[in-house]
Amino acid sequence: MATSDMDIQVAEHALQHHFADMEQQQETSTFGMWMFLLTEIMFFGGLFCAYLVYRASYYQAFVEGSQKMNIWLGATNTAVLICSSLTMALGVRAAQTGRRKLMVVLLLITILFGLGFLGIKAIEYHEHWENHEFPGPNFHFQTIDKTAPVDPQHTEIYFSLYWAMTGLHALHMVIGVGLVAWIIIIGLGGAFTPAYFTPVEVVGLYWHFVDLVWIYLFPLLYLISKKHGGG
Amino acid sequence: MTKRAAEEHIAPESHIVPISLYVGIWATLMVCTGLTVYAASVDLGIFNIVVALVIATLKGTLVVLFFMHLRYSTKLTMITVIAAIFFLLILFSLSMTDYLTRAWSTSIH
Repeated sequence: MATSDMDIQVAEHALQHHFADMEQQQETSTFGMWMFLLTEIMFFGGLFCAYLVYRASYYQAFVEGSQKMNIWLGATNTAVLICSSLTMALGVRAAQTGRRKLMVVLLLITILFGLGFLGIKAIEYHEHWENHEFPGPNFHFQTIDKTAPVDPQHTEIYFSLYWAMTGLHALHMVIGVGLVAWIIIIGLGGAFTPAYFTPVEVVGLYWHFVDLVWIYLFPLLYLISKKHGGG
Repeated sequence: MTKRAAEEHIAPESHIVPISLYVGIWATLMVCTGLTVYAASVDLGIFNIVVALVIATLKGTLVVLFFMHLRYSTKLTMITVIAAIFFLLILFSLSMTDYLTRAWSTSIH
């Protein structure tokens, strides 16, 4: 890879004095981000564990709760996130290969996918809210299987976990959109070169992690039972 | 730092993944999403959740290995990821050994 004078200037500027070289600096940043993601995995892990415990205890209530989910909106959102991960990965690659404009365009598309995800999520949240599927005093649930009715309170636990898990995930999406926007802004100012693009790489890791969480949330919350909602 | 020294230290060992690989991973993830929705509509009994989790884990592994570059990362990073999975499994398994066995003690009396 040919290194221009400008690259060297940026590298000199970007290399902090406590690192031996750019490689060590980049590895340290990536490692730091993975350590943070490890704490994030344990953070979401607590909710997944609560899900596991209550699903094991009140399986039928969870089945009925999941039938209130709109599988097609959920599947669309899964596809939207996967597409956003592709554009994010290609955006990081563009930064790596020094194509600034391409990086900005790809990251803008990533933001659009992210906002699309949040928009679809908002439609779903609105539907659930209208149907009194929000835990609390106004929660209302009519059991579907009349022969073996489930306790609405147990379904309420399903919905508590649904709102908490998807809500925490959506919060991560909002933060992710903000981070990508920040990368675009400083990227436009010429902050990154093939020698120094660590922030792009690290924000990319965060974005893919949020995608990863959804990959598990979708089947666990939407696809519990074979009976698809409304079908 | 002199210009020469900067030049030597400039290019980190960054692996540039071919675009075709990224697109291939994306296509696989999309197919797997369709597959998981389809699999949920077939009654497999207890294996529905197994199939769903196997597909999700396959998708997750692809994301971590290629989109998150774990395949091209240092051993230290790989250990970090393995540690995350390890502690997550401790959280799940120890919690479940408690909750799933609580009924046993009450049935004795």
